[in-house]
Amino acid sequence: MTVVAPELLLNATDVAKHYGAVVALRSASLAVRPGEVHALMGANGAGKSTLVKILTGGVRPDRGTILVRDRPFVARSPAEARRGGVVSVYQEPALIPDLDVRSNLRLTQSPIEATRHWLAELGLPELSLADLVRDLPLASLRIIDLARALAIEPDVLLLDEMTAALPANLTERVLEVVGRQRGTERSVIFISHRMIEIAAVCDRATVLREGETVGVVDVTAGSENRIVALMLGDIASDLPARVAAVAASANRPADVRPRLSARNLSVGTKLSDVSFDLFPGEVLGVVALEGQGQDELFDVLSGSERPSSGEVQVDGAAASFRHPADAIRAGLVYVPADRAEALLMQRSVRENIALPFSTRFGAWGPIDLRSEGQKVDAAIKTLQIDTRAASEVRRLSGGNQQKVTIARWVAGGIRTMLCFDPTRGIDIGTKQQIYALLRDLAAAGTAVLLYTSELKEIQLACDRAIVIFRGRIVAEIPVADADEPTLLRAAYDLKPDAVMPEELAAETMSAEAAGAEAAVADAAVGAVASQAGSGGTQ
Amino acid sequence: MTASSAALGSRRTVVTTALAFVRRNGWTVALVGLLVAFLAITKLLQPNYGPAGIQGLAISILPIGFAAVAQAIVVIAGGIDLSVGSIMALASVTSAVLMLNNDDLFGVGVVIFVLLLGLAVGAINGALVVVTKVPDIVVTLAMSFVWAGAALLILNTPGGGAAPWLMAIISGPLGSPWLPKALIVLAVIVAVVWIPLRRSTFGLAMYAIGSSPLAALRSGVPMARSKIVAYALTGFFSALGGLALTATGGVGAPVPGSYTLQSVAAIVLGGVSLAGGRGGVVGPIIAVIILALVRTDLFFAGVDPNWSTAVQGAILIGVVTFGSLVAMRKVRA
Repeated sequence: MTVVAPELLLNATDVAKHYGAVVALRSASLAVRPGEVHALMGANGAGKSTLVKILTGGVRPDRGTILVRDRPFVARSPAEARRGGVVSVYQEPALIPDLDVRSNLRLTQSPIEATRHWLAELGLPELSLADLVRDLPLASLRIIDLARALAIEPDVLLLDEMTAALPANLTERVLEVVGRQRGTERSVIFISHRMIEIAAVCDRATVLREGETVGVVDVTAGSENRIVALMLGDIASDLPARVAAVAASANRPADVRPRLSARNLSVGTKLSDVSFDLFPGEVLGVVALEGQGQDELFDVLSGSERPSSGEVQVDGAAASFRHPADAIRAGLVYVPADRAEALLMQRSVRENIALPFSTRFGAWGPIDLRSEGQKVDAAIKTLQIDTRAASEVRRLSGGNQQKVTIARWVAGGIRTMLCFDPTRGIDIGTKQQIYALLRDLAAAGTAVLLYTSELKEIQLACDRAIVIFRGRIVAEIPVADADEPTLLRAAYDLKPDAVMPEELAAETMSAEAAGAEAAVADAAVGAVASQAGSGGTQ
Repeated sequence: MTASSAALGSRRTVVTTALAFVRRNGWTVALVGLLVAFLAITKLLQPNYGPAGIQGLAISILPIGFAAVAQAIVVIAGGIDLSVGSIMALASVTSAVLMLNNDDLFGVGVVIFVLLLGLAVGAINGALVVVTKVPDIVVTLAMSFVWAGAALLILNTPGGGAAPWLMAIISGPLGSPWLPKALIVLAVIVAVVWIPLRRSTFGLAMYAIGSSPLAALRSGVPMARSKIVAYALTGFFSALGGLALTATGGVGAPVPGSYTLQSVAAIVLGGVSLAGGRGGVVGPIIAVIILALVRTDLFFAGVDPNWSTAVQGAILIGVVTFGSLVAMRKVRA
């Protein structure tokens, strides 16, 4: 035990990390006092996950110092990070699926009795340590992970999206236990997409933007606005705004049938009751923070996963996909963020582009090389693909690879395109070409569904946007209103101009506590949140 | 708490524990059933199959039994070792050459030396896998040529000799004529190494790195060290297999034979997941006996030996498919 409590329990200053020419962290700092719950905030690509990886021993920084209890903190592995006093609970539970819970505790030399105590505190008193991890639900695993981390009594406990995938009753227990760490000798770094949780348990928040710490905020009533403002910075866009954005929806004739409709789609606990229409000739943006159910939505629409309930309709008729090939036959083609998922990296540009339509038309016979060649050439020209390294797709730049993924569908004729963050990790010039291409496709009557992690893309490429939060559509925003602040607030499910007073936040917590069932508590959160929305405007 | 309720409680625990055991080791329990079925078939086909048959069976499966345990250990830890057969050959010729014309005490020294050699050879395999990051299947395939070559350098035709006490350990029954010494030797050696290992933190680490490398890393498991030790143990049991070859044949066998692939077949049938992290060593040993019985039965039934290997393959696919189907149903239920 330390005799004199240090001023700061964890003090990271000027931490930087580059990957080649890409700067993941420019200069981040994080100062955590003993006995505080400290939120770490930042939009996509702000460097939050890199900083987390550095603190958990996954990545070594290029520069900067990290002190824990005034001792230098160097971690080459999670085990070393733990010895240095920082224990993390990851989004993916760090439990061995083929061992029972007790063996998992033995493996990490965690005190069994203390873990049991925390399991009970966290709402799982009945859990048997003899259960095989493989057989337990994800929510229980996350709780076990947390209980194990609490039992070790680390100096700093890092919780990365701890409450994601938890039902409301367990969320409430977790927040209560995390709140109890306040005023002790230990601290918690708390990462969450849910502002309501930040407001409920955090003392201060550090905000990252573009790899730099841009502010530290005391979490009080109304600090959500300040946090969002810090995350956005001055919106000096490096991309020119789309000029003459004539929203297709504005002049859409009333009798146009939607190309693609989702009706009450649900996937497990990840996606609930999602309905929307996608019309020919429009680009519909999907906005969501990480892990809000958008992955499942696109998996369902592209035929890789079947919904647990609800229906997908194509041109007004119900469609059921057992396989991505079924979705492609129905005219739904998929452009993933990870090019490696879509392309044959060792094959040529030509073969990659020709693959979908040659396998369709050619069946088993010889490939009609002449017509294939014409189609491929046309697609390469349309997309302005740089063919200097055409013999192997893996030698192309990321942007050109992404163009090839799009080109293969364009070459075969296209009706509906599902794009999942297609511009991830692509240079600005190519990004603009891709936006222009999406607009051209829409102008030619294609329906495009575009999920993007870059909010400014919505106004550049879309006609309107839907916002998904915790698996539900929480807003639909026309493009004219879809500026970054609006989208980000919507993505955090904050109502426009709403300030959540502390007593309301507290009420939410007690409302959750009162709800015996997860669903009941969920409804309560919604009710209070909307109450907060109306209350703020008075 | 009264005495009777305590007794009731403990009886209930016994029942629950037994049920939990069956549930956890369902595959092994089913294999025992299969083994009994094949023994019954053998008895039907060959009415005078008795202690002598069991005796022969036990001796014939001893080398491949050790090989299966060797393979099981490394596969549980998320690897694979295609040099098991070659290490067996190396251990066999080393022991046979050194034991020839030497006294018993020297023979004991030879056994210890050969086992240490197995550990070292396995550790080299493991270190190469860890350091070069070349896929384990490639590294161990390449090393299988190296160890096989080394074996041929030591002895290029079957030769050498086995210490008489070594042969005596495994031949004949102990107590009941139905209890062959070879089987006891296999069971005792495996138990002495495996049970403490399974209960140790290292044993957990082995299952952990095989089951989920990422979770293991995040749980603070020393990845490289655990992998190398797993390969070393595989080398150790391969060396035991080699000693068994020498002891059962009386001479050193420099050509690896098909032990490597047979060991893979045995562990798959024995309930070890090739993806790592699941299974044990009892299942593979029972699987080895079953596969040997299948061969015997087909021989007694008058099937062409060339057909019998095809039938063995079919049985392997059939059993494993059936097992996966059962597992899938359990997940759905």
